Amino acid sequence: MAALLLRRLAGLLLTLLLASAAIFAALDVLPGDPAAVRLGTSARPDTLAAMRAEMGLDRPAPLRYAAWLGGVATGRLGTSTTYGVPVAGLIADRLAVTMPLALMAVTLSLGAALPLGVAAAGRRGGALDAAAALFAQGATALPNFWIGLLLILLFAVRLGWLPSGGFPGWGGGAGPALRALCLPAVALALPQAGVLARVARGAVLDALGEDFIRTARAKGLSARAVLWRHAVRNAWPAVLTVLGLQVSFLVGGAVLVETVFALPGLGRLAVQAFAQRDATVVQDVVLLLAALVIAVNFAVDLAALALDPRLRDAP
Amino acid sequence: MLFRAAALAFLCLAGPAAASPRTSAAVGMSVEPTGLDPTVAAPVAIGQVTWQNVYQGLVRIDRTGAVRPQLASSWTVSPDGLVYTFALRTGVHFQDGEPFDAASAKFTLDRARGPASTNPQKQFFSAIDAVEAPDPATLVVRLRQPSADLLYWLGWPASVMLAPKSADADRTDPVGTGPFRVARWVRGDRVELVRDPGYWDADHLPALESATFRFVPDPQAQAAALRAGGLDAVPELGAPELFAAFKGDPAFDAVAGTTGLKVVAGMNCARAPFDDVRVRRALMMAVDRRALIDAASSGFGTPIGSHFAPGDPGYIDLAGVLPYDPAKARALLAEAGHGDRLAFSIRVPQMAYATRTAEVLQAMFADVGVTMTIVPTEFPATWIADVFKRHDFDMTVVAHAEPLDIGIYARPDYYFGFHDGAFDADIAAAERALDPAHRDAAYRDAERVLAEDVPALYLYVLPKLGVWNAKLRGLWADEPIPSNDLTEVRWTE
Repeated sequence: MAALLLRRLAGLLLTLLLASAAIFAALDVLPGDPAAVRLGTSARPDTLAAMRAEMGLDRPAPLRYAAWLGGVATGRLGTSTTYGVPVAGLIADRLAVTMPLALMAVTLSLGAALPLGVAAAGRRGGALDAAAALFAQGATALPNFWIGLLLILLFAVRLGWLPSGGFPGWGGGAGPALRALCLPAVALALPQAGVLARVARGAVLDALGEDFIRTARAKGLSARAVLWRHAVRNAWPAVLTVLGLQVSFLVGGAVLVETVFALPGLGRLAVQAFAQRDATVVQDVVLLLAALVIAVNFAVDLAALALDPRLRDAP
Repeated sequence: MLFRAAALAFLCLAGPAAASPRTSAAVGMSVEPTGLDPTVAAPVAIGQVTWQNVYQGLVRIDRTGAVRPQLASSWTVSPDGLVYTFALRTGVHFQDGEPFDAASAKFTLDRARGPASTNPQKQFFSAIDAVEAPDPATLVVRLRQPSADLLYWLGWPASVMLAPKSADADRTDPVGTGPFRVARWVRGDRVELVRDPGYWDADHLPALESATFRFVPDPQAQAAALRAGGLDAVPELGAPELFAAFKGDPAFDAVAGTTGLKVVAGMNCARAPFDDVRVRRALMMAVDRRALIDAASSGFGTPIGSHFAPGDPGYIDLAGVLPYDPAKARALLAEAGHGDRLAFSIRVPQMAYATRTAEVLQAMFADVGVTMTIVPTEFPATWIADVFKRHDFDMTVVAHAEPLDIGIYARPDYYFGFHDGAFDADIAAAERALDPAHRDAAYRDAERVLAEDVPALYLYVLPKLGVWNAKLRGLWADEPIPSNDLTEVRWTE
């Protein structure tokens, strides 16, 4: 068990190192000189050379890669070439928006999808099952940003209950900040809830067809107990696996949702920095997101191990 | 300390003011500036937040596009046009208390034109030979050659006055002589300005005590924020089709003004088939500019026939030189040996106006037997690398933001690959003109050359579609230069 964990951790670090090399190389061969971007369409060769020197772009690529890795390893993330401020602070500010947003969205989608999926499986073929299928179909088909716009029109413009966008920050108390995150979290959660509800229903139905369910029924357990105590417990690993896979989709959806709601989140930072070819920021943010995805998948694996003893004996 | 007090004052004011007249405004912009010093980076959003609000220049450009005195109260020009002597205002100081005088003005100009300068408009200062500060209230600028445009350039965001002590930190902590100081910049979200109680020009304190620039990239979200009250003004609404809905709403002023942003489809004149002027003229005549504006910009925008906008000094309307005439266009193409088998590609930045314009052009060209392939090109990074630097393109479409930038066609390295001796002579004459009348005449000659030779298809000037709360007054209707001057903005209640 311990050896398995260690092996997994080492693999994780290696993946991260490879990811960092890939990120750096991809940004380096990409067309677009950040100095030229900053100087615009009137740039002259002499101002361009001065800007490249000022931004440290005149150093060779291996040196810049080594400097970046060394910085990341020691916690110095460098300075944004566009904003001119430390990247660590920028990322921390953005995480203070994106993390709560993602957590709210995951909580909302799990909270909606699990009961719906389980209930649909429990009454297979009934009206509730049909309704759940319709919800899953609709929620999955609609893109995040479109849901976001509809939510803004209804709850901000028509009803005036919630702000239409922007983020007041946590300095003014949790209330206004959470209010600002409500609509974006729903917009982010709905498509995910659609997928999860479907997966939950399928996993519960699969479990219901297993031998141990027959045994449980034969022992005289009530249908309710069979469903919740045995089937749902065995459906968890499948739901968790999909949830882990969805983290990367969550990041992509967050970019769109953050744009629609003008939220200063990590996704928008990455997109904006990419447009400006702000390599320092893009590298750090993408590496962080890669680490996040890897870590979440690792956590999902661990959770599956904890939930399903059979996996622990696997080689 | 002062900074913190100002920020605190802002927080108190930012709450909902019920009875008392409002003294704060939230202004929406599509693009966040990448720094707050317009003298070291090009993005127009920098000037749109800071110019006039935070920074001022020796002179300024007013809402009609005219040059007015600002930190220089007056100036004289020597008869040969080579020596400008500015009389500077006294008692002016920067927001951190440092005095503004001839020494800081000399510092600013020398920094902008020096070898380590990263000023995006360094060419503004190329005519300057020496800057002298004989006494604190006098600045002498000596030129290598006369430059009738110098005063105009000095009114630009890239020419604002900085203080020697704070200049290097201005990118993140701007210090200017303007009536507002930056209280807070929440990156990715907003820049908060507060009125500087110690502003040097006490007679012209702005009515607004504070203002917030909020960055809302999505046009739909901009419109929603206006209606929900999260924004008081969007000086440049991102989508023309949303503008009409505000026009009929009495709660809003919806003002269609003009800008200096010329949408042109530049051609690679160094490459076939665009090295043949007949092809360029044929393509120009294949374009119905009015229909293009209707389709791409909901009817807002002004057709142009050369690389000048109606607000520019010396502008003449040349849209009729090569008018829409598909039959003639076909004949010209056949004469140039292209029958109906001409095919090329257009590099299109992802901005909405560019994409729509390219799509309409594609349809209009198809009518004369020309196949144009649209190649989406990420702007600015990829566009600058491929089109601007490597000249690897057939045609492209982009809005040129700088006024009086007709001289780019005389730059041998510029992306159009255009060379014309007569044109170069006109530009040289305009740049060296002693008085504005001669300059304008030279510009008119240059405009005519472009209208005939069409190194780029001259399409239209982008509209400035401003929407703001009907009780808000004083925002600029037109945009002679990219800016959001808040100094005369006030609420009527």
